[in-house]
Amino acid sequence: MDFNFTEEQDMVRDGLSRMVREQYGAEERRQLIASEAGWSTAVWGQLAELGILGMSFSEEDGGFGGGAIDSMVVMEEFGKGLVVEPFVPTVVCAGGFLKHAGTAAQKEEHIGGIVSGERVFAFAYAEPRGRYDLANLETTAKKEGGDYVLNGHKAVVIGAPWASHLIVTARTGGERTDANGISVFVVDKSAEGVVTRDYATVDGRRASEVYFENVRVPVDALIGEEGNALPLIERVTDEAIAAQCAEACGAMKVAHAMTLDYAKQRKQFGVPIASFQVLQHRMVDMYTEYECSVSMTYLATLRLENEERERKQAVSAAKVRVAQAAHHIGQEAIQIHGGNGMTDEYAIGHYFKRLTIFDSEFGNIDHHMKRHIALAS
Amino acid sequence: MNLEFTPEENAFREEVRAFIEANHPKHLEGMGNREDMSPEDMTAWHKILGKKGWAAPAWPTEYGGTGWDSTQRYIWSEENARVGTFMPLPFGVSMVGPVIYSFGNEEQKKQHLPGILSGDVWWCQGYSEPGAGSDLASLKTTAVRDGDHYVINGQKTWTTLAQYADWGFFLCRTDPDAAKPQEGISFILVDMKTPGIEVKPIKLIDGGYEVNETWLTDVRVPVENLVGVENMGWTYAKFLLAHERSGIAGVARSKRGVEKLREIAANETMDGAPLMADFDFARKVSQLEIDLAALEITELRTLAGEQAGKGPGPESSILKIKGTEIQQRLTELTLEAVGSYGTPMYGSIADAGSNEYPIGPDYAQHSAATYFNMRKTSIYGGSNEIQRNIITKMILGL
Repeated sequence: MDFNFTEEQDMVRDGLSRMVREQYGAEERRQLIASEAGWSTAVWGQLAELGILGMSFSEEDGGFGGGAIDSMVVMEEFGKGLVVEPFVPTVVCAGGFLKHAGTAAQKEEHIGGIVSGERVFAFAYAEPRGRYDLANLETTAKKEGGDYVLNGHKAVVIGAPWASHLIVTARTGGERTDANGISVFVVDKSAEGVVTRDYATVDGRRASEVYFENVRVPVDALIGEEGNALPLIERVTDEAIAAQCAEACGAMKVAHAMTLDYAKQRKQFGVPIASFQVLQHRMVDMYTEYECSVSMTYLATLRLENEERERKQAVSAAKVRVAQAAHHIGQEAIQIHGGNGMTDEYAIGHYFKRLTIFDSEFGNIDHHMKRHIALAS
Repeated sequence: MNLEFTPEENAFREEVRAFIEANHPKHLEGMGNREDMSPEDMTAWHKILGKKGWAAPAWPTEYGGTGWDSTQRYIWSEENARVGTFMPLPFGVSMVGPVIYSFGNEEQKKQHLPGILSGDVWWCQGYSEPGAGSDLASLKTTAVRDGDHYVINGQKTWTTLAQYADWGFFLCRTDPDAAKPQEGISFILVDMKTPGIEVKPIKLIDGGYEVNETWLTDVRVPVENLVGVENMGWTYAKFLLAHERSGIAGVARSKRGVEKLREIAANETMDGAPLMADFDFARKVSQLEIDLAALEITELRTLAGEQAGKGPGPESSILKIKGTEIQQRLTELTLEAVGSYGTPMYGSIADAGSNEYPIGPDYAQHSAATYFNMRKTSIYGGSNEIQRNIITKMILGL
């Protein structure tokens, strides 16, 4: 048992921490998310230069041989600055599919571009009627001649407006909610028949509704085995959840610190409101929630390579606990900031919004509670 | 960073498991409830561990500790919880022992540490008073110097198991004129057989007698029994409370408790199916398990920090708050799980003492009493509100 980070991980954290602090202040971020693009290719290029985008790929695939713990370190720093750039869709999700199930040719085709920052992915898994069930798919991929033909509608595909490529889950067989018959494809977003409606999200990112209208992809667009992709999708999704738990930890840490600072400065009845015990204890509870979240993020991250049941139990437990903490800390932070917390001007509201939306990505509290219960029985 | 055990740690687990299996008295397995236990039962395992040299794993080896690292101590507590051993009471091993080896003189170490380790000397804690609970520093019991003695007068309360105690450690006011209430307090060891000490039991809401009022009237204690420096007792008292808190999370016991709860709920029926299959109930159990997992990793992180030389710090207040909340929730859910059979008062059958068949299933017998009893956990050892005050000051810096 060991809770120490390596020297390299400490260096990555320090470097990223400086970058986020210096270039991703509240004002810079406000301008960035209001800009037409909504993200910074310059920041993305810097992440490539720093080796962040390639960190979790093996050296033979063109990366630097890191893993989930490295992603955790990165995501915590991103969470502190509410970084919007699509690290999870591109590196954790697309990267995960390629690492775990990609052919040599697919790795060759895509990983280099991810590491260099030139190729950006989005993960199109959710559907309007599927809620959080990864197997509840109406999108179909039918084999026709030497191609697959995709039809369907993917919902709230985070980062899709910025992506050059999509990872798409689709049904190649079976009924709408069957565990079997699910396959994963990599699709060039510029392929004919891919239609997107792009929009902003409430937490400062961009997303799309993605429609596939007879989109033809070659057979080598299939990642992994046809019809048997659900375990792979669950694995990658679990990795994404662990990474986002780390992001939430970073955001919670800052939200707590901001609240504490505010309470020390804000005077009412002639004294700083931080001198009121009723607020002190609430800020202590926020701190405790944060510490428990860090613990659960470690648990999920360190169990990602365990056998499937242990991995799922740990990830669902983490998602439940961290999302509960995220709501708690977000809401308390706004309350203690009082009216100022309601303004767009104060940074705290932006942390609150990200911490709110975190819950509904890759399955919310109720979804993961159900999975946890099912695994226990 | 990893959560895996090394082959050496797994071998250690085998070793301690084998020792527990070979040496723990079978009739005491799962005996968590003091109501059913004689004082001999309560110290039986302690005495066995004393002979083995395992009574106080956390102590420095020079004073009789085992030299186990935090992971080994974690394994040790897990293996004990697996069987349900009754671990050494905290008053000697976890409380006064560390104060004596940290602040006591050579004579005191020689006199007291062996009896604490062997389990032959039973200790009790004289901290709280009727007027000094969370505001411990307002305590009024006085110790006045008279030649080679202190003369102690006052009243202590909540003195746990003092009815069996050989010795007690008492906080007494030695300087009533000190500028701050914390500055005039001394930490004094008292032989409980000294004339002038009267111990009166207090009946608690669970029906049991585990705490007492302790009255001290002109109790003459040799000055050699002062620990450390006169009027510095508050420092030692706080040190002790931090030590007390670090073991207070009770993770391994609660994990075993959740397993038992699952067994009970699998046995109880609701709507013709096992209670455990009921979604609403299962959700409560899962939430408890998830909270417990968070506590467990937090404790392991804290232990790893201690190992790196940081000592039990204010983080242990988090363990106290969360650990006791979980212990309470566990007993609450257990009471809920047994349904109506949580209602009969245990031992109240009219002709008790005969071989009367117990009312309801065995696992229901103590469920209400245990739930009632466990409300104490968020009150003792510095109430959970006091723990929040500590975090406010020490971690939030307010």
